[in-house]
Amino acid sequence: MSEPILQIKNLRTSFRLEGRYYAAVDGINLEINKNEVFAIVGESGSGKSATALSVTRLHNPNYTTIEGEVLFGGQDLISIPEKQLNGIRGKHISMIFQDPLTALNPLMRVGAQIEEPLLYHSNMNAAQKKARALELLEAVGMASPQLIYRQLPHELSGGMRQRAMIAVALACDPQLVIADEPTTALDVTIQAQILDLLRKLQKDTQASVILITHDLGVVAEMADRVAVMYAGQIVEIASVWQIFKNPRHPYTRSLLASIPSAGENSGRLNAIAGTVPTLRKMPRTGCRFARRTPWISAAAHQENPTYHEIEPGHKVLCTCYRSFRFEGVNGGDK
Amino acid sequence: MALLEVRDLKVYFPIRGGIFGRVVGHVRAVDGVSFAVNEGETLGLIGESGSGKSTIGKAILGLVPLAGGSIYFNGKDITRYIGKNRSSYRKGVQMIFQDVHSSLNAKKRVLDIIAEPLRNFEKNTPKEERKKVDELLAIVGMSNEDALKYPHEFSGGQRQRIGVARAIALKPRLIVADEPVSALDLSIQAQVLNYMKDVQEEFNLSYIFISHDLGVVRHMCENLTIMHNSRFVETGTREDIYGNPSHIYTRRLIASIPDVDPHKREENESRRQALNDEYERLYANYYKPDGGVYDLRSATGSGTHFVAMPTDKGEELI
Repeated sequence: MSEPILQIKNLRTSFRLEGRYYAAVDGINLEINKNEVFAIVGESGSGKSATALSVTRLHNPNYTTIEGEVLFGGQDLISIPEKQLNGIRGKHISMIFQDPLTALNPLMRVGAQIEEPLLYHSNMNAAQKKARALELLEAVGMASPQLIYRQLPHELSGGMRQRAMIAVALACDPQLVIADEPTTALDVTIQAQILDLLRKLQKDTQASVILITHDLGVVAEMADRVAVMYAGQIVEIASVWQIFKNPRHPYTRSLLASIPSAGENSGRLNAIAGTVPTLRKMPRTGCRFARRTPWISAAAHQENPTYHEIEPGHKVLCTCYRSFRFEGVNGGDK
Repeated sequence: MALLEVRDLKVYFPIRGGIFGRVVGHVRAVDGVSFAVNEGETLGLIGESGSGKSTIGKAILGLVPLAGGSIYFNGKDITRYIGKNRSSYRKGVQMIFQDVHSSLNAKKRVLDIIAEPLRNFEKNTPKEERKKVDELLAIVGMSNEDALKYPHEFSGGQRQRIGVARAIALKPRLIVADEPVSALDLSIQAQVLNYMKDVQEEFNLSYIFISHDLGVVRHMCENLTIMHNSRFVETGTREDIYGNPSHIYTRRLIASIPDVDPHKREENESRRQALNDEYERLYANYYKPDGGVYDLRSATGSGTHFVAMPTDKGEELI
C-alpha cells in the first residue's frame, strides 16, 4: 500500500459530564490507506462514532475536548482553524450518517441538498450544478433522477433517502468518506442494496471509506481492514481476512462467537457476561476487558497493555489473548 | 392439538379524512393469516417494517381490535373474550416488548413492575410476593437486591431481562416477543436469548418470536413464517425455509443477510444481483396484479412447507 491518506495519532476525545471530562476515545492510533474500506466495529459505548466525529471535529466544543493529531493532506485537522476545516469538510472528507431523515434538511429539495456542497466548494454555475446532481442521482441508482431532484426527503422511502445522502456525500469527489452506521436503520434487503451500491461507488471513485458499524456481517461484506474497539481503545486491528480467520483478542473472539447465525444448532449462544462499561465507570488502567473474563488470571494481563504483532498488519492489545479460553460464558451479570 | 390457533386473522386500521373525520378507507395491516403454535415451540414471524408482523402480535394479545378471524386457545374459541380483563387467556398469554426504555414504568421499582401481573391475578401477602419476585429475578440472573431499584439503574440488557421476568410472572403458556433483542448489542443480545431459551425449557413455554433479524430467528425458532404485504408468503420449519426457500421474496430476503465469511463476498453479491433481477422479472408470477399475496399452497408435497402461489402456476414455480 502507498502512503496513508489519513493518520490518527494518539487521539483522545473527552466529554464533560457534571464538570469532569471522561475520555470516550482513549488514545487511538490509525492509518487509513488510499482506496481502502476501513471498518471500525464495536458495541454501543465503545467510542467508534466518537472517533469518526472527531476526524472532522463535529463534536460540540462546549463540552468536548479533542487531543492528539489527525493528519490529512499535511494538515492537522485537530488544530487548524474552523474556517480552514470548512474547506475540507464536504469537499475532501464527507460523511454519511445513520438516519437520513435527521441528516437531510426536511425543507430542502433533494436536488438542492446535493448542490449545496458544490455551491461552497466549486465554481460551477447553476446548469453545471444541476447536471452534476442528476448525474449523482443516477449513480446512486435512482430510477428517475429528474423526479427525485424536485422531491423533498419525506417523499422518499428509507433506502432512497440513504441513496440521496450518499449522493450528497459524493458530490465533490471526496478522498475520504466516513460512513457512520449507514445501513443500521434499513431493512435487510435494502441494506444489501445500499452495501452493494457503496462498494461499487468505492471502486469507481477510488475514495477511502471509514465504515463505522456494529454488524460483523457488514464488515465481512465490505471491509479491507478492521479495527475492533472496546471501551475507547482499539483492542485488535487486522485485515478482514485475518480477523475472521484468526481472531485473537478475547473480545473479538467473544463477539464473533455470540452471533446467532454463525452456529446452525439451536444450543446456547456464547454470551459475554456483564456489559460495556459506561463512560464514568470505564476502567482507565490495565486491560479494560479483564473484568468480563474473570476466569483469566490477573497475571495474564499486562499492567499497561501494549500492542503485540501476530502477523504483519495484525495487532492485538494486551497479552491476555495468549491464555484466553471460553468459559463461564452463559451470561451472568455484575 | 395446538396451543394457539389463529384462523384467517384480519386487522384493519381506519383512515380518516374529510372535515368530519369520517372513515374514508382502511389500511389492511393484516389481511387473512392463519397459523398455529404448539406447546413448547417457537414460531418466528419475519418481515420487513410495515409488513404487519407486530400487528399480529398485538391482535393476539387483544391490544388492537380484530376485523375478522378467530383465535383458539387450548382448543376453545376465545375470540370474543380476548380483550376481557382477568380472563384465563389474559393470564396465559404475555408479551415482551422491544423498547426496554418505554415498556418499564420509570416511576416504579422493579419489585412493583414484576409484581403487577401477580397483583392483578393472585392474592399474595407482601412477603409471598417478594419471595416470588426474588425467584423470578433469579431465573433471569439478577439478584434480589435489584428488586428495590428503579429501571434507570439498569443497562439495556438487564432491563430486557426484567421484561422477561415480568412476562413469566404468571407462568403463562405463550409469550409474544416483539423484537425483544433488536435494540440490544450483540453480546447482550446473546445473554437475553439464552435466558429466553432457559425459561422456555423450564416452563414448557411457547413463543411467538417477531423479528426482522434472520440470524436470531434461525437460532430461536423451529417454525417460521415470512410476511410480506400483510400476508404470509411462506411458512415452514427452519429447515424448509433456510434449506429450500421457495417464494421469490423469501429467497431474496435470505440472500440479503450479510455473511460473516469475507471470502464469499463476490459470490454473495452476484447471487444477490441475480435474485434481484429475478425478483423484478418474476414479480407478476408470485403476486396478484394489485400486489396482493396469493393463498398458501403446500410445496413439494411436504406437510409443513407452504408457499403463496397462484393455483394455475403453482407447480412450475416451486
